[in-house]
Amino acid sequence: MSLVQQTEKQNMRAWLLAEVPTSRHHARMAAWYQNWLALKRNTLAMAGLGILVAVIIIAIFAPILAPHDPFTQDLANRLKPLGFADHLLGTDSLGRDILSRLLYGSRITLYIVTLVAIIAPIMGLIVGTISGYVGGWVDVVLMRITDIFLAFPKLVLALAFVAALGAGIENAVLAISLTAWPPYARIARAETLTIRKSDFIQAIKLQGAGPIRIITKHIWPLCISSIVIRVTLDMAGVILTAAGLGFLGLGAQPPSPEWGAMISGGRKFILDHWWVATMPGIAIFMVSLAFNLLGDGLRDVLDPKESGR
Amino acid sequence: MKKALELIDLNVWFGEGADRVDAVKSVSFSVRQGDSFGLVGESGSGKSTVLRAVTGLVPYWNGTILVDQKELGAKRDKHFYKTVQMVFQDPYASLHPRHTVDRVLSETLQLHGFKDIDSKIPKLLDDVGLGASFRFRYPHQLSGGQRQRVAIARALAPEPKILLLDEPTSALDVSVQAEILNLLSELRAEHNLTYVMVSHDLAVVGHMCDNVAVMQHGELVEMMTVDKMRNQQADHPYSRHLLESSARYRA
Amino acid sequence: MSNLVDVENLWVRFPTRTGVFDAVRGISFSLGKERLGIVGESGSGKSMTGRALLRLIRRPGIVEADRMEILGQDIMAMPEKAMRQLRGRDISMVMQDPKYSLNPVMRVGEQIVEALSIHEKVDRKLARQKALDMLEAVVIRDPERVFAAYPHELSGGMGQRVMIAMMLIANPKILIADEPTSALDVSVQIQVLEIMDKLVRERGMGLIFISHDLRLVSNFCDRILIMYGGRIVEICESGKLEEAKHPYTRGLLNSMPQLTIKKDRLETLDRDPAWRDQESVSGIL
Repeated sequence: MSLVQQTEKQNMRAWLLAEVPTSRHHARMAAWYQNWLALKRNTLAMAGLGILVAVIIIAIFAPILAPHDPFTQDLANRLKPLGFADHLLGTDSLGRDILSRLLYGSRITLYIVTLVAIIAPIMGLIVGTISGYVGGWVDVVLMRITDIFLAFPKLVLALAFVAALGAGIENAVLAISLTAWPPYARIARAETLTIRKSDFIQAIKLQGAGPIRIITKHIWPLCISSIVIRVTLDMAGVILTAAGLGFLGLGAQPPSPEWGAMISGGRKFILDHWWVATMPGIAIFMVSLAFNLLGDGLRDVLDPKESGR
Repeated sequence: MKKALELIDLNVWFGEGADRVDAVKSVSFSVRQGDSFGLVGESGSGKSTVLRAVTGLVPYWNGTILVDQKELGAKRDKHFYKTVQMVFQDPYASLHPRHTVDRVLSETLQLHGFKDIDSKIPKLLDDVGLGASFRFRYPHQLSGGQRQRVAIARALAPEPKILLLDEPTSALDVSVQAEILNLLSELRAEHNLTYVMVSHDLAVVGHMCDNVAVMQHGELVEMMTVDKMRNQQADHPYSRHLLESSARYRA
Repeated sequence: MSNLVDVENLWVRFPTRTGVFDAVRGISFSLGKERLGIVGESGSGKSMTGRALLRLIRRPGIVEADRMEILGQDIMAMPEKAMRQLRGRDISMVMQDPKYSLNPVMRVGEQIVEALSIHEKVDRKLARQKALDMLEAVVIRDPERVFAAYPHELSGGMGQRVMIAMMLIANPKILIADEPTSALDVSVQIQVLEIMDKLVRERGMGLIFISHDLRLVSNFCDRILIMYGGRIVEICESGKLEEAKHPYTRGLLNSMPQLTIKKDRLETLDRDPAWRDQESVSGIL
């Protein structure tokens, strides 16, 4: 690194760590940088983040990274073990390269995770904060609906939705989101109930702010961190539910290389050809674990109770 | 002199039926424009609840509240919030933890329909003795006294006539308390404000106010001038008891 | 005369992102059979001093001292088990808010009995009687009722008296009171302080009274350490508060509004950065 670059980097660091921010943008960047430094100190969270970044890169560059076409069948070379010819992770029951299918499958997994991670928390946040802030009969109605959703086992409810909507990834995403939002609503409501009474909410009320402004600009920013944490912790479950739906034939449809569907396909051969089911299993495990580690780290950094001082 | 604030037979209660707790019982007093009025009492006496009733932050109340000789309805309107503002007790709780000073003040100014927000904020910060360097800080980067100054700046932003002060210094160190009390005195003279100050500390009220009302169990038991209070000339036994405790405490 | 507490060159440090923060910076003092006040504003290190004496500073905080002895025992080297024995039996602490120091789901009486039975083998009946006597000693009119009550059923002043009863039942020789009455109303504060004062005198205990309120402390203490920036800047005999010389002490005294004296402006404190660098005054007897 040249000297100019080095001093530039130092200047940047000094700017980000400044005690006295000079603009709105500066203040925001400095706050983000502080959180990033705190997260960086947590080795496990960084490991989780590293895995997730790797998965995203893999998903983007799957066509370049994959040694084979994930859909080309080669019945002559079916169920070949690890390292056979140029099939690093072997082949499945139709002779398709498992490594290539895993690489392509990461796209589906990320697609599901991203959509669920957007839809469910937003639904939960809206329902929970309205319920908590408005109170009264609105609260009762919204919370009873939430309870009804919570009363069913997640997978069973998702199954019912998919059965009603028809099999397929989009419907699987929708079904998982519909089953995943109630816990977020509960969290958001609990947070709202404590925030609602605080002096800074009373203070903004005294400036004539209406409920919509208070909920979106004052309550949401404080709920979001606990929801983000919960989302990352739940993502492992979402991947598993998606895999479960795929496994039951209700999620991604063949020949799509969805990891759960791959395990389902390899189930028949698990005793003689263990790798067919195990490799996608390891992939699911790795990504789930990565989300969990990151979620734990984020909790330490973002928890509003910790960051108050 | 005109009356800036008048309460007639104010009652405030919480809960309903058997759970009903009467926090304020038939309280009446009036504050002249430009005056500084103190409400003293121990915790649970209902002194803070009176302020919250005026600002419309309590659900159940009846009686008459007049601001600028106009009676308040069930709902407070924009005009009311431009006339009456409040400073809360705990500066650690009254600022949004994720909002910078700039955001707190600009949102307030925006809600009150001010146009030249960017030029008003440095002026407000200057008024409360904070430099422009504080503008983009988060509350956790401020000390308790600095936070309370920000809270005062927020209350001053709509250019109100009446400032309600709910134990504004009880969460602060004594030396910081002195700075904040001095600031409040200066601001009152400068902006011709009317103060209603709630405190458990008789010495603070004695320093800041002209007239004092003593509350006990939700009732207003005695009104007196500060000079009477200073000379320990209270009539009601409870006021005497308060004054004696305070004197012994500081002896 | 042997001292109850001896502290030499005590440091309490907390590592932070931007470097090590020194909360207490090399103070020395001792406690005889007396009432010692420690006064300072928030951040002066007064509470950390009290906590360090009970070894209640949690990691990552670091406590260092050349000597720290309680009743002649070196507590720096003491194993945690022996330290637990020491706490409550020889030295105990009353904290600011009784709401957070009492277990909300346990009856008050049981908590007092438990505090006693940790250190002494006593049968239930005797323990109960001792607890009731103790409640009476802190001027609770109806000890039987309070004994059977839960903490939320008590007022703040009552709760703090219960705390004092609990802390004194095992007959410790030293009591540390950290802002014991700041959460209470003025008239209740005095009652509670007078009760505490009387018990401490009668039992010949040593008291360390930590507070931000200089005048209050001067009423109840024989000697006052004034702390600023983690150091002791001045030591006053209680009756000679008005003779205090250090500008910080004078500033604390003068910035307080007084009911009987009319002032237009309160004096404010100009914090001189040099105060932080001055040598810590020794409070050793």
